[in-house]
Amino acid sequence: MNETLGAVLDWVAILCILAGAMLSLVAGVGLIRLPDLLSRMHAAAKPQVLGLVLVLVGIDIRLIPVETNVFNVGTLVLVALFQMATIPVAGHITARVGYRTGRIEEGLMARDELAERLEADEAAAGDRGGDGAAR
Amino acid sequence: MNALWTAIGVMLGVAALLGMIRMLMGPSVLDRALSVDVLIASALTGTGAYAAFHRDPTVLPTLLVLSLLGFVGSVSIAKFVARRTLQERSSTTTSVHPVSTATDPHPAPAAPTDTAPEPEKGENP
Repeated sequence: MNETLGAVLDWVAILCILAGAMLSLVAGVGLIRLPDLLSRMHAAAKPQVLGLVLVLVGIDIRLIPVETNVFNVGTLVLVALFQMATIPVAGHITARVGYRTGRIEEGLMARDELAERLEADEAAAGDRGGDGAAR
Repeated sequence: MNALWTAIGVMLGVAALLGMIRMLMGPSVLDRALSVDVLIASALTGTGAYAAFHRDPTVLPTLLVLSLLGFVGSVSIAKFVARRTLQERSSTTTSVHPVSTATDPHPAPAAPTDTAPEPEKGENP
């Protein structure tokens, strides 16, 4: 590989990793400054998906001169796949538990569609005399 | 180029520090779980930066382990919080309801403890 191409690839890699680290910093600042759980989750999800994918791309560009790079690509793709599959699930469960246990400040929400839906469900369950909406 | 690597390290350190501050003062367990997620993301980024800096692919399996660890941790904490809140709520309703029906003049104090479980009393050992 010639010299200039290697230098350009190194710069691209380091810019990717720098962007990922910057997203991490943004998430840290957001954790401190944002007022409630849902907005903090919004800030915290940035480095978990976009930042991590940027870093993985940077790693692989840096590792191009290594001879066994094919296997590294496999590992990095697996990491990205796991992260993309699990982060939405974890965020959904955390937000759901936070809402159901009353840890969301209602003054900060512009509109609460889930509350209207829950009230309707509870009214329907009350007509039937059951306790189906208590879950 | 060395300055940029240093900048990456400093940014990750500051991000981890801010996440740690939120973990110390977070009002609820869910906030703390969230800041643990951010710490794990910082650790992933830092380990990846190490691998990229040294062109050293031997730490890449660590990334795999960390990415799964964060998921399992946050989901299990959320499930734990949900189950315990459910138990508290059912125990308060069963213990409070007969009293509030027996002494009719004061049914009101039972309602707030039902709908708004105090978040933090038992969560800081």
